Amino acid sequence: MPAIEILGLEKTYRVGFWRRRPKRALHPLHLTVEEGEVFGFLGPNGAGKTTTLKLLMGLVFPSAGSARILGREWTDPQVKAQIGFLPEQPYFYDYLTAHELLEYYGQLSGVPPKQRKRRVEEILHQVGLRDVRGVQLRKFSKGMLQRVGIGQAILHDPRLVFFDEPMSGLDPMGRREVRDLMEQLKHEGKTVFFSTHILSDAEALCDRVGIIHCGELRGVGAIADLTSTVQGKVEVIWQGAQIPASIKALGVECHVTGDTVRAVIAENQQDAAIDALRRDHQRLIAITPVRTSLEAYFVEKLQHAETTAGRIA
Amino acid sequence: MRARVAHIASNTFREAVRDRVLYNLIAFALLLSGAAILVGQVSIDIEKLVVINLGLTAVSLFGVIIAIFIGIGLVSKEIEKRTLYTVLSRPVRRWEFIIGKFFGLAGTLVVNTFFMAIGVFSALFYVSHKFIRADGLILIALYFIVLEFLIVCSLALLFSSFSTPLLSAVFAFSLFVVGCFAEDLRNFAAMAHGVSRGFATGAAYLVPNFSAFNVISSIAHEQPVAAQLILHNTLYALFYAAMALSGAVLIFEYRDLK
Repeated sequence: MPAIEILGLEKTYRVGFWRRRPKRALHPLHLTVEEGEVFGFLGPNGAGKTTTLKLLMGLVFPSAGSARILGREWTDPQVKAQIGFLPEQPYFYDYLTAHELLEYYGQLSGVPPKQRKRRVEEILHQVGLRDVRGVQLRKFSKGMLQRVGIGQAILHDPRLVFFDEPMSGLDPMGRREVRDLMEQLKHEGKTVFFSTHILSDAEALCDRVGIIHCGELRGVGAIADLTSTVQGKVEVIWQGAQIPASIKALGVECHVTGDTVRAVIAENQQDAAIDALRRDHQRLIAITPVRTSLEAYFVEKLQHAETTAGRIA
Repeated sequence: MRARVAHIASNTFREAVRDRVLYNLIAFALLLSGAAILVGQVSIDIEKLVVINLGLTAVSLFGVIIAIFIGIGLVSKEIEKRTLYTVLSRPVRRWEFIIGKFFGLAGTLVVNTFFMAIGVFSALFYVSHKFIRADGLILIALYFIVLEFLIVCSLALLFSSFSTPLLSAVFAFSLFVVGCFAEDLRNFAAMAHGVSRGFATGAAYLVPNFSAFNVISSIAHEQPVAAQLILHNTLYALFYAAMALSGAVLIFEYRDLK
């Protein structure tokens, strides 16, 4: 059973003084996310990532389409007891302390009192806020609020977690901690759906990604598949400060860093290069096929979308 | 369901307390004690009348101001600050949120009124040195004031569910002022002719009839209140608040939280 099944969900806002001008925020979206998967929803700012999440959370209503979450209609209140949500740049009741806020959200999620008490303490420890549990949130930094946000999203032990830009506003340490947390959630068998425009995060964490631009889904696939397009080139790395003449003869551009040399050569020159290095008694470190990075794939999809839009215009 | 409404109500009450809303009690206490001392010195035989009039009017005004200024932000502030996102992404229905907010604010006003009532009775004791049986009528006036608050709260919530805080404040306060003159509006409607009669009658019955809740003057003169009026006002306030809340729920149920 898929964790998320989006069936043509779309959203058009009415804008202008008389609200007559339609503005399409999301084109019909079809997407499936399997249970236990970490799915990255990528796109530049204003691409439609947050709109999709708001639709799934029931915060805005779709113009058409529907969705199923954990096998039930996405509007079913019972579904919400099994999902967690972290909005983008979250803001919480700042008159509450971290402990009170988690307690309140636990009550709203229907966590039984005994279990709630234990979970709140666990979460405060997990997100590193145990020492400031009694401090009002108005005194919290942006990073600390993000931690509270993550805490409230996983407090009721949901099967499926939605994070909207979870790394936003975090320092490198904070980002690392969120990554670890997401990996832990994956390890626990939870499904994680997160939106981001930071590609390195997606590359490090996701099983699959979807790329959205101008409200339209441009591509979906496993990271390995999207980045596996071998461009007919291999990267050769060897130890040595000098570039053998036989390598130079191949017309290859080499980069020397300390006592390591890196060269990108055509696949059909691979054997000749290895022979040349052997002859010169150079120590070969690695030969790896050159893959398209997620960033290159992302940029290509966006450029393709813009070109198509330009042609239509 | 009931538990979630109660949790939202209790959080709304906590917000009001932490945002120092109850500090208005200090201003109220100062006003009333100052008035009691002053009245005791300048008026002869009517000290009690003045204290009851002044005290109950202040209870009503302070409460209405709190009801409007908290009520107008109850929904719009949550949308603006996006605190609502993490609430509605839980198994909380939109109507539960609205009803919870209403009870939270109503609870705040009841507690506020309780403390102000203690102030009124203290001031009364200060000027008359004793309580008589007729002073119990003040409790009926306070009950009517609380009923008035329920209507104002529900109206503020209704406007807050679709409008900005500023416009909501203008709408709610205007409706409160017009509602205080609802009897006059009804009399005018009875005298009018043609289209204006229909329009005035419609408006007169649509605006909340706050003048029916104002028994301060008659109670200050120790005139009893008919049981029928108590029943009528109770039913009217509950019905009006329920209608306004239903409107708020209906609007909020279909509102996109952009």
